[in-house]
Amino acid sequence: MTTPDMSKAVKHVSDENARGMFSGDAAGPVSVGEYFNQYRNKLRAGDVGSLPALLGLLLLIIIFTIAAPSTFLTTFNLANLLTQAGAICILAMGIGFVLLLGHIDLSAGVIGGVGAAVMAMLMLKQGLPWYLAVLVALLVGVAMGIFTGVMVSAVGIPSFVVTLATFLAYQGVLLWIIGTGGTVPINDPVIFGLSNGNMPVLFGWVVVIVSVALYAALNLLVYQRRRSANLVTAPLAIIVLRIVVIAVVLLGATFLLSQNRSKGVIVLEGIPWIAPLVGVLLVIWTFVQNRTAFGRHVYAVGGNAEAARRAGIRVGYITIACFVISSAMAVISGIAAASRLSSVDPSSGAGNTLLYAVAAAVIGGTSLFGGKGKARDAIIGGLVIAVIDNGLGLLGLQAYIKFIITGIVLLLAASVDALSRRRRASAGR
Amino acid sequence: MTQPTEPILQLRGVNKSFGAVQVLHDVDLKIYPGQVTALVGDNGAGKSTLVKCVAGIYGIDTGEYLFEGKPVSVSGPRDAAALGIEIVYQDLALCDNLDIVQNMFLGREPKSGVVLDEAQMEIKARDTLASLSVRTVTSVRQLVASLSGGQRQTVAIAKSVLWNSKVVMLDEPTAALGVAQTRQVLDLVRRLADNGLGVLLISHNMNDVKEVSDRISALYLGRMAADVPAADVTSREIIELITTGRSGDHGLPLAVSQESA
Repeated sequence: MTTPDMSKAVKHVSDENARGMFSGDAAGPVSVGEYFNQYRNKLRAGDVGSLPALLGLLLLIIIFTIAAPSTFLTTFNLANLLTQAGAICILAMGIGFVLLLGHIDLSAGVIGGVGAAVMAMLMLKQGLPWYLAVLVALLVGVAMGIFTGVMVSAVGIPSFVVTLATFLAYQGVLLWIIGTGGTVPINDPVIFGLSNGNMPVLFGWVVVIVSVALYAALNLLVYQRRRSANLVTAPLAIIVLRIVVIAVVLLGATFLLSQNRSKGVIVLEGIPWIAPLVGVLLVIWTFVQNRTAFGRHVYAVGGNAEAARRAGIRVGYITIACFVISSAMAVISGIAAASRLSSVDPSSGAGNTLLYAVAAAVIGGTSLFGGKGKARDAIIGGLVIAVIDNGLGLLGLQAYIKFIITGIVLLLAASVDALSRRRRASAGR
Repeated sequence: MTQPTEPILQLRGVNKSFGAVQVLHDVDLKIYPGQVTALVGDNGAGKSTLVKCVAGIYGIDTGEYLFEGKPVSVSGPRDAAALGIEIVYQDLALCDNLDIVQNMFLGREPKSGVVLDEAQMEIKARDTLASLSVRTVTSVRQLVASLSGGQRQTVAIAKSVLWNSKVVMLDEPTAALGVAQTRQVLDLVRRLADNGLGVLLISHNMNDVKEVSDRISALYLGRMAADVPAADVTSREIIELITTGRSGDHGLPLAVSQESA
C-alpha cells in the first residue's frame, strides 16, 4: 500500500547536491551564450519587457533626425525634450503601481492639477514657503488616493468607475480652488526652477559620475555576493555590459547638456533639475518594487489576488497603498508641469495628460492586465511619448495629426501587451 | 503499519451549521503523524467544510479541537498556520507572474531590515524542493507560468512544507493532472508522511486513495461513517461507504444512515 518510492524517504540534502538537482541552476556560472539563449526563449514566450519600446525609441529618433535635421537633434531640443518627458514619466511611474494591480487610475492627471493648484494658492495667498506648500499638496494627494483605494477595495466599485467619477469631481474642485477664469502664477524660484532651471555644470558632472559609480559598485557587489552564495545570477559580462551602456548614455547626455545651448547671449547650460528628480524617484520605486516585501506583494496581488489573499497578504491594504502612491506621484507630476508653464489654470492635468501617462507606462512594457511592469518602463515610455510629441511639433504638423498618431501609438503598445500576454499564456505548458 | 498512539490533530464531536442547514454532525477526525489519512465522501458530504473548519476559515459551533493532544482554539487561518497546519488548495494558489522562490515564500518573506533576503529564500526553496526529491523543474527561478500542472502542484506542496509544518491537508491534489503527473504528486504525498508529517488527502479517486493512504475516513451526509485502516477495506467497500454510509461491519448504524438519507 505504499509506493515503491519508500526507500527514497526524505532526508536532508546538502546545498551542493540540491543545486545539482536543478539543471538550470547549475553550479557553474551561466555563459554569455546560454544567457542569450534564455533571453531569446523569454522573448519567444512573449515576455518582451521594454524591448519594443527601446527599439521604437531608437526608430523615432532616427526618423525625426532625418525629418527635422536642423532642429531635432540639437542640445537645446534635448533639454527641452527632457523637461517635456519629466512630468509624463513621474505620472506614469505612479500609475504603474495601479496598473500592476490590474486597476486603472483615470483621475491621476486631475489630481496632479488639484495638487499643483493647492500648492500655488498656498504660496500666493498664504505666503507659505514652497516646501510647506508642496507638503500640503502631497497630503491632499495622499487623501485622494486613500479615498479612491477605499472605494475600490472596501466598497468594491471597479476602479474605472471610481476614478471616472473622481476625474469629473476633482475638475470641479480644481475650478473651485482657482476661481472662475483665473490662472494662478508661480513666482517661487525653487518651484519655477524645477522645470526651467539647470544644475551647475560641475555639480551635474559630479552627481552623474557618482551615480554611475554607485550603480556599478552596487551591481558588482550583488553579483559577487550571489556568486559566492552560489545563487542564480546573470553572467559577469552581461552585468558589465549593462553598466557600460548606462554609463555611456548618462555621461553622453551629461556632456551634451553641459554645452551652452543658448541661441542668444545668456548662457544656457547644465542638466535640467527635473532629470535628477525623475532619477531619484526611479531609484526609490525600483527599490520598493524589487527589494521590499510590499513590492513583492503588489506583484502577487496583480498576478493572482486570490492566491495573495490565501498567502496572508492584505489585498485591500495593498490596493489602497498603490492608489496613494499613484496620487502622490500625480501631485509631484502636476507640480512639475505647473513649474514648466509657471502657472496653474483650470485645465491643468486635464486633456491628454493622463492619456500620455497611461500610454507611457504601457508603451514601456507595463501590462494593463496587472502583475507585470517596472518603474523604468514609465521612463522609457515617457521618453517615447515626449519624442513623438516634440518631434511632431518640430515638423510643424497640425494638432490633429499629433492626436491621431499618439492614439495609434497607444493602441499599438496595448496590442503588443495583449498579444504577448496571449503568447505567455500559451507558452505555459 | 504500526499505529501511532496519539493523533497529531483530532476533532471530537464537531458540529457545524450554516443557518438552518447542519453540515457536520458530531464529526470525529483523527490525523496521525507519519500517516496519510484519506478523507472521502460524495459531493456535499461536508469534506470541504470539515477542512475549512480545521484550517480556521470556518469556526466550529460545538466540539473539541485537539492539537498534539491539547485542546486549542483556532479562530482564523493564521492560528492554524501558527500551529503548523498548511493547506494545498485544489485551484492552485500560485501567482503565475512570480517565480518558484517568490511563490514559496509569498506573504512570509524573510527580510534583513526592510530588504528581502533573496539569498536565504533561494537556498531554502532549493533545499526544500531537493529534500522532496523534486527533479522536474530546471531552475528555482523559473516563472510559475512556465510550469506544467504537476510541477505547479509540486511547488504548492513544497510551499506547504517549507514552514516546519506538522499537518498538511491536500484538497484534490491530482484532480486536474495526467497520469505521469499524478504519479509524481502521489509520490510526493507519500514522502511527506514518511517525513513524519500528518497528511490529510481529500480525493475522489479510489486508486489514489488506495495507493497512498494508511487510513480512510469516510464522510456521509455530514457524519463520519467510518475511520478504518486502509488495508481493512476494499475499493468497493469504500465506494459503498461513500454512497450509502455503511458497508458490511463498517459504517453508520443502519437506522442513522437511513434516517439521514
